[in-house]
Amino acid sequence: MRILNKKNIIAVLFILLIYAAGEIMLRQGIIDSYIELNIILIGINIILAVGLNLVTGFTGQFSLGHAAFMAVGAYTSAILTAKFNQPFIVAIIFSAIAAALAGVIIGIPTLRLKGDYLAIATLGFGEIVKILALNIDYIGGARGFMDIPKYTNWTWIYFMVVLSIVVIKNFIDSRGGRACISISQDETAAEAMGINTTKYKILAFVIGAFFAGIAGALYANYFYFIKPDSFGYMKSIDILVIVVFGGMGSIAGSVVGAIVLSLISLFLQSIPELRMVIYAVILFLIMVYRPQGLLGKGEIKLKFLRKRVA
Amino acid sequence: MEQVLQQLINGISLGSIYALIALGYTMVYGIINLINFAHGDIYMIGAYIGFACTTFLGMSFIPALIVSMISTAVLGVIVEKVAYKPIRKSTRIAALITAISVSLFLEYGMMYFVKPETRTFPEVLSSKNITLGNLIVNNKDIYIVIITVVMMLVLQYVIHKTKIGMAMRATSMDSEAAQLMGISVDNTISTTFAIGSCLAGAAGVLVGVYYNSIDPLMGMMPGIKAFIAAVIGGIGIIPGAMFGGYLLGITETMVSAYGYSLYKDAVAFAILIFMLLIKPKGLFGKNVREKV
Repeated sequence: MRILNKKNIIAVLFILLIYAAGEIMLRQGIIDSYIELNIILIGINIILAVGLNLVTGFTGQFSLGHAAFMAVGAYTSAILTAKFNQPFIVAIIFSAIAAALAGVIIGIPTLRLKGDYLAIATLGFGEIVKILALNIDYIGGARGFMDIPKYTNWTWIYFMVVLSIVVIKNFIDSRGGRACISISQDETAAEAMGINTTKYKILAFVIGAFFAGIAGALYANYFYFIKPDSFGYMKSIDILVIVVFGGMGSIAGSVVGAIVLSLISLFLQSIPELRMVIYAVILFLIMVYRPQGLLGKGEIKLKFLRKRVA
Repeated sequence: MEQVLQQLINGISLGSIYALIALGYTMVYGIINLINFAHGDIYMIGAYIGFACTTFLGMSFIPALIVSMISTAVLGVIVEKVAYKPIRKSTRIAALITAISVSLFLEYGMMYFVKPETRTFPEVLSSKNITLGNLIVNNKDIYIVIITVVMMLVLQYVIHKTKIGMAMRATSMDSEAAQLMGISVDNTISTTFAIGSCLAGAAGVLVGVYYNSIDPLMGMMPGIKAFIAAVIGGIGIIPGAMFGGYLLGITETMVSAYGYSLYKDAVAFAILIFMLLIKPKGLFGKNVREKV
């Protein structure tokens, strides 16, 4: 009923239009496999960044362990599709659930911590997940998990990106989302207003992990091959950089950030030796001259979030 | 029992390295509340300077150590002035990402100049084994422990007995009040970076001498481990960082010695998380009640 208002119908039509445009360009060969690879990578990064933005940008909880949830998702999906021949949709759902469960397990103890301590604790959990994956023979250990069927394509990646943006956007606009934003502004005051801060912090964390699990599944079923080292803390830092670069507390920012950073690293590929050095300099300049990120709080309504997230 | 004691000796050497790096972390965090991710890379550059001094300039161990310490101290001050000063007033997360960017810059900048391959550190200290009963003590172990202990004593003296040490303590307590008392906060912060980096540089040379191999990414893991050590001891507290370093070094060697070397990093992180959960301010930290 109310969901079928004019605004939503236009939004749905717009989403389908972009999808159709992409699909046609793929069929016509305008988008070759190299561009497709980059689009898929950008899509995965968008899902990861939007999820982490909910945790770090909106709820104000530092996390340096987001790649761990991606790893959980990737390995779950790899096992289900390669060893049990399950359809991709089943694998995605289970990956997301497994990652969300990991989010609960990691979130309950660590979210009592604040600021830098939380960052380091999540980093530690992320590394522990990676080390466990390195030492379990069933999933290939350090050699990596091979022969994962390739299912991820433009359709999957596009609709998963849309799903994650729509769900997280709606969550932020809900009662729970407002509770999260209030926690990021002042946790003590939020608690005094009767908000169960622990509950909402864990909820945000779990939603972020859920989508990271989906991103992991998409990643595993695109590259045939995954290894634990791809999900180390450098990956978590990459995701965090996208979030901060785009603007903390701006979903549009995360999308733009994922695209711009991917393009930057694409252009830098021609000078591989200096790629990371230039990347570091760009990152540094952004932090010094535009610490609020490209879009700042971007999405109109969220201006008040500007305050320091500590 | 002998095995345990033997591993304890190895653990103390590794712990000394962690403790030296952890001191820099803890001092910097204590004074500007920044996790200086680049600290591990300063340690790496220290190792390379030591390598260059011994290999190309033919210096012996002690002069190379001193040159390396002085150079990393200068580098630390440059990093502070160029990178951390502009962001001193910005948010935590911006500061964290800046530190990460500095770290990446040093790692990959260094990789560009020295090439990514692992290099063999020359044998500047002839290896001699001293047997004590059934225990074997290498003279490198003794060197590392003595140098570390001397540096820590000097550091304690500097911090507690000199004027600049007093300025450092005052700034870490309340930088605005310190400024009102006529302390130059900028200079104090730079000095802190210089001292911390100089200790990291020393740790780099010691690691080169001890393990004989260095590479441009060698600073990443020890950097994080040293931070863990600093957190275990209570961040900002100097004896805490030393204790944390030794605890972590010994635990890690023990874990490796009993056949779980693949899990040694996981154990370090598990200790960290356990520590944060039961005593977030660290073993030596005081609990401060948070006010609204």
